[in-house]
Amino acid sequence: MKNTLRQITQSPKFMIGFCLILVLILTTLIYPLFSPGSPLEMIGLGTFFRPGTYVSVYDSVTTDKRYTINLTDAAEKRVASKLASEDKEVMKTWLLEFGIAEEEIDLEDTEALLDLWFNTYDESIRFDNMTTAVRKHVQRTDAKLDGLLEHQDIIVADSAADGSLVEGSLIKGNEYINVAEIANVRVLPLGTDNFGRDMLKEMISALGVSLMIGLIAGAIATFIGLALGLLSGYLGGVVDDIIMFVTNLFTVIPSFVLLILISFSIGQSDRGATTVAIVIGLTSWVWTTRSVRAQVTSLRNRDHVNLSKLSGHSLIRILVTDILPYIASYVIMAFILQICSGILAEAQLSMLGLGPKTTSVPTLGLMMFWAMAYTAHLNGAWWAYFPLVILIACISFSLNLMNTGLDQVFNPQLRD
Amino acid sequence: MSKSVLSGKGVTKVFGLGDKKTVAVDHVNFKFSKGELVSIVGESGSGKTTLVKMILGLLSPTEGDIYFMGKKRDIRTRKQKREYWKGIQAIFQDPFSSYNIFHKIDSVLMDCINMRGGSHLPRDEKIKMITEACGFVNLKYAELTNKYPFELSGGQMQRLMIARIFLLKPQILLADEPTSMIDACSRATILDMLLQCRNEVGMTIIFVTHDIGLAYYISDSVYIMEHGKFVEHGTADQVILSPTADYTQRLINDVPKIHAPWDFAKVASTVSAQA
Repeated sequence: MKNTLRQITQSPKFMIGFCLILVLILTTLIYPLFSPGSPLEMIGLGTFFRPGTYVSVYDSVTTDKRYTINLTDAAEKRVASKLASEDKEVMKTWLLEFGIAEEEIDLEDTEALLDLWFNTYDESIRFDNMTTAVRKHVQRTDAKLDGLLEHQDIIVADSAADGSLVEGSLIKGNEYINVAEIANVRVLPLGTDNFGRDMLKEMISALGVSLMIGLIAGAIATFIGLALGLLSGYLGGVVDDIIMFVTNLFTVIPSFVLLILISFSIGQSDRGATTVAIVIGLTSWVWTTRSVRAQVTSLRNRDHVNLSKLSGHSLIRILVTDILPYIASYVIMAFILQICSGILAEAQLSMLGLGPKTTSVPTLGLMMFWAMAYTAHLNGAWWAYFPLVILIACISFSLNLMNTGLDQVFNPQLRD
Repeated sequence: MSKSVLSGKGVTKVFGLGDKKTVAVDHVNFKFSKGELVSIVGESGSGKTTLVKMILGLLSPTEGDIYFMGKKRDIRTRKQKREYWKGIQAIFQDPFSSYNIFHKIDSVLMDCINMRGGSHLPRDEKIKMITEACGFVNLKYAELTNKYPFELSGGQMQRLMIARIFLLKPQILLADEPTSMIDACSRATILDMLLQCRNEVGMTIIFVTHDIGLAYYISDSVYIMEHGKFVEHGTADQVILSPTADYTQRLINDVPKIHAPWDFAKVASTVSAQA
C-alpha cells in the first residue's frame, strides 16, 4: 500500500494532472475570499465589456489631486487611440491615388502619417476611379482629424443654486491622476458577459459548481456501477442474468439521449445543479458495471475467496474485503474518468439549454450557452467563451493525465 | 473401518446446457471413514477439483446427495453453511493465491479462533493459541506477526495453511494438491505435517493429487478418477500393486522411477492405446 502510494507520487503524469486539478480546486476555494460578493451580480449595464481596468469617470474628474506630466508623445497617442485602423486604410487609399509611393506610407507611425496627410490632402481633387462613397469617407475622416488635433482644455461646469452653469474646474491635456487615489476602480480581467457579470468571478464560481457536479455524478455512477458489477459478477446465475439484461438495455439506449429526455421531463424550474448531477450519474453507470463484473467474475473463483467462504464470512464481507481491494485500482481510475465525463455531460446538456436553471448557479456549460446565445463568437467577444473552453480542456486534460499515470502504476506492463 | 463421516450417492455436476454440456463429475459414489486418509487420483481435467468443491459446498451438485456424519447434508442457509464448514475444511493447491494479499497473516489465524467460537477470548489467549499452532508447523509466530503473505515463501505459506487447519480442528480436511506447487524437499515436510495434524486432531483427510506415487506413499485407500467417474477404488496396496483398470496402470507407468530409465516409448504407446 505504502509502496503503491510512493509509486503513484513518483509518476510524473499523475502528479502533473493532480497538481493542475489541485490548483483549480484551490482557486475556486480561495478566490471568493479575495473577491467577495455574488458571482451572479449584474454589475455592467450592457453586454460583453472588454477585459481591462475600469476607472470611474466621475471620480477621476472630481479628484483634487492632479499631476502635470509633460509627455512628448501624448498628443500622438491621443490621436492614435481615436484613429481606427479602417480610417488609416482610407487615408492610405487616397494617398496612393494621389501618387505617393506605397513604401512612404507607414500606418504604424501615426505622427508621420498625419504630417503626410496634412501636406498632401486637398478636398477639391477628384479621382475618376474613386466612388462617391469612398470620397465621402475620406472627407469624413479628414474632418475627424481636424477635431482631433485641436488642443483645447476641457471645462467642467458646476450647476449653481439658480440653475445656471458656472465654470468649475479646468482639465488640461497634460494633467494626470493616480489610479491608486481614485475611489472607484474595478479591474475586470476577463471583462463581463452578456448579463454584465464579472466573467472571471463567474467563471471561477462555475468551475467549482462544475467540479462538484462531476464529483456527484461520478460518485453516483461509480457507486451504482460498482454495486451492480460486484453483485452480478460474484453471485452469477439468475442475479447476473437480470442485472446484465438491465445493463445491456441501458447500453443500447445512448445515455446522452436518455439524459436529454430525463432533463427535459424534469423541467427548467426544478433543475438545480445537484439534480442535473444526479441525473448524469444515474445514466452513466453502465460501463463501470460491465467492467467491474468482468473483473469480479475472474476473481470469484480464486482460492482466497473460497477460503474466505470456508471461514464463514458473509457476502458483504467477502465483497468488501476479498474482492474490492483487488479491483480498487481499477475502480479509482473509472471514478476519475466518470468525474471527467460528468463535467463534459453537464456542459453538453447546458449547451442544449437543458442544464441547471440559470438564476441559481453558474456552470461552465451554462456560461457557454449564454455566450453562444448572445453570439459572442460573432461579436469578437472572445473573453466570453475562450477562457471557458480552455478551462474545460484543462479539467479534462488533468483528469485524464491522472488516469494515465495511475494506469501505468497499476499495470506496469503498459509503461512506455 | 468405523462408520463413514462423509459419503456420496450419485453425485453429478454438469456445466453448461445443450451442445455445450460438459459432465465434469458423473454419478460418483464414495464413502470415507473416520480417521482415514483417502487419495483421489486422476489427471488434469478428470473432475477432481469439481468434486472437491461440491464436497466443500462451494458448488452445488446437479444431482445426487452428500451425507455428512451419517445425515444428509443441508447447507441452504448461511448458518447451516457456517456449521458445516466447522466440520470440513480445505487446503488449496496454490499457496500464493490462497491468501488475501491485503490482509496480514495474523488476521487469517485470528479468524480461525473466532470461527471456533473463541472471539470472546482475551488477546493474550488468542496469541498463545496462534503461537502454538505456528510452533506445530515449525514456524515462529514472533517472526510472522505483522507480515503480509507475499513476504513468505511458498512452503511457509502452505505450512501456515496447516496451522490454520490445526486451529480449526475440522473432522474432514480436503487437501487439493497441496504440494504440487512446492519443491520436493518442502513437500516431504508438508506431507509429514499433514499426517501429524491428522494424528493430533483425529480427522479424515481427503488428499487429491495427480501423483499416484505420492498417493501410494501416504494413503490408506485410493480412488482413481477418470473423465468424472471413479474407475477403481480400494486400499492403497490393492489399487497400486494389482490394478484392474487400464487407466490405473497407465498412471502407474507415468511415475518416473529414479532407479530405472524412463521408458518414453512405453508411456507414449499406452497413451495412444488409450486414445
